[in-house]
Amino acid sequence: MRSTSVQSVMLLLPLLVTVLLLASSFYDRRSGKAVGPGFFQRNGIVVAIFLIAAVACWTFLTIIFPQVAMIELSFHPNLSPRQIGGPGDVYTLDNYRYFLFGPPGSPDGYNFLHLRAYGITIVASVFVTLLNFILCYPLAFYMAQSALPQRLRLLFVFLILPYWINEVLRVFAIRLLLSNSGIVNTLLLSTGMISQPVDFVGNDVGLYWGLSYSCILVMVFTLYNALESLDKNQIEAARDLGAPWWHVHAFVVMPHAKPGIASGCALTFMACVGSLAAPLILGGPRTLWFTPVIYNRFYQALNWPQGAAYAFILLVGCVIFVLVTLRLFKLKLGQIAP
Amino acid sequence: MSADIFRRVTFRAYLALFLFLLMAPLLVMTASAFNTPSYPQAWPIEGFTFAWFSKLMISYDLIEGLGNSLIIALAVTALSVPIGLAAAIVMSQLQARFRAIYYLVAISPMLTPGIITGVATVVFWRETTRQIGLTFLYNGLFLSVAAQTTFVSTLCMLIILARLQRFDPSQEEAALDLGASPLQIFTSITLPFLRPALISSVVLSLLSSIEEFNATTFTILAQKTLTTVLAGRIRVGLTPEISALAVLIVSLTLIGAVAHEIFARHKSRRAKAD
Repeated sequence: MRSTSVQSVMLLLPLLVTVLLLASSFYDRRSGKAVGPGFFQRNGIVVAIFLIAAVACWTFLTIIFPQVAMIELSFHPNLSPRQIGGPGDVYTLDNYRYFLFGPPGSPDGYNFLHLRAYGITIVASVFVTLLNFILCYPLAFYMAQSALPQRLRLLFVFLILPYWINEVLRVFAIRLLLSNSGIVNTLLLSTGMISQPVDFVGNDVGLYWGLSYSCILVMVFTLYNALESLDKNQIEAARDLGAPWWHVHAFVVMPHAKPGIASGCALTFMACVGSLAAPLILGGPRTLWFTPVIYNRFYQALNWPQGAAYAFILLVGCVIFVLVTLRLFKLKLGQIAP
Repeated sequence: MSADIFRRVTFRAYLALFLFLLMAPLLVMTASAFNTPSYPQAWPIEGFTFAWFSKLMISYDLIEGLGNSLIIALAVTALSVPIGLAAAIVMSQLQARFRAIYYLVAISPMLTPGIITGVATVVFWRETTRQIGLTFLYNGLFLSVAAQTTFVSTLCMLIILARLQRFDPSQEEAALDLGASPLQIFTSITLPFLRPALISSVVLSLLSSIEEFNATTFTILAQKTLTTVLAGRIRVGLTPEISALAVLIVSLTLIGAVAHEIFARHKSRRAKAD
């Protein structure tokens, strides 16, 4: 946002949207497509102004402008406040180059540390998403199709309970369980199954458990919503026609729940990729998750443009994942509402 | 038939294991909150104590963090519920050709990881406050409210939209025929109809704001909230006070859940009796 051209484009955007909306409604009136009271007549002037002001402030000031500012900053060099706007303040790809190749003249040729963190984050998140789907599908199916109402309510309480405590505390609890003097090691040692404490945290067992633990609720509820709308008669019919149980799931239940499965996977992946508490608290010394890397760019290296570039790179990874999921499931974006 | 029994047994085992893994961390945490060793330890039990709870009362950074969390949560709720309401109504009235793009923009905060929202917010407001000279706005509380409002509003919009889709427009028409003004329709028909959705929006906004960590870590700057204080403490070392705090939160949740369950049963019994 330092360059005046980007600023003016951003200020013009709301104006452009207004003109577009007015032109479109004018066209609809002229061509007779729109009849009845208009937006202001229907809602009254006071409510109409409230609606427009609230939506405009939200979409522009908190969604669009910040994202534009972040992307814009990522193409700037890291400058002190006094240098901003000076001759050194030019557009550059240095921050992205740094992500790929490291500091200029680095011996490796590639920035393996950060590339590896990015790769691990994406691959491990895909893995955790699949694991969560496999873990949650049977439970969601049971809850949606065969659980009795009272049992169902009890299950809901059990599922929601761990999520009403803080994410940080949840991760802390897992750390208590798995740390060197934690209860799992204590029990294993006392039964004599092991003679040395197992370093669960160092081996990232804790990290993966923490990540899937954090996302289980999202997956269960999205799947539950999708499966609940399936007519029980369809399953009965398939069974009567002699379909084995896995046929019923593969050809009746899953096709019906496809949008739910896709949105469950997309949301789980996002939560996992963007998770910060689990890698900070449960990550072993050798693991480098990408979110702490971004945090360190900002508040340790104090290189905000680079942090912005890294955040944008992460965002691109997420967008690609959602697009690939949509393509795999043959869905449109509007169909995977959370 | 034996295959059926086998499947039922496997499913039971799976369900038991699932719930056990879900609950195990909570149980361990609870046990360690009452155990005497100063390293949080669930087993072996060395003695029963309330010391960690009383220590919690004099943890001033936690109390300060809690205060900030509550301020932020109230501000976020006060902003997000009206915004979610407006966003849902606009969605239902917008011209069809813009609906897809508006939906995409409105839903995007939920599909963006929280830390990216945090980064974007802090970058945008640093530059903006510097340029328009309102540097006092560049503080942790304001930025955290701005960042959390981004996605909590989407949450509220989705809840309210779900209810709004069941709205019967003939109510509105009847009121119009009887001479009600649009403002009267809004306050005495639309809002009362949306009341349950508005109440759940308030509750969920408060909860998700208090529990937010990812975006807040970036936007809180030099200040602190409950979650950032906790994360900082846990990174330094594990203490039973944190277990004690968690136990307090879980018990409050349990009391709420039980009250809700009793209320729901009472209501359904009354509905049957009618």
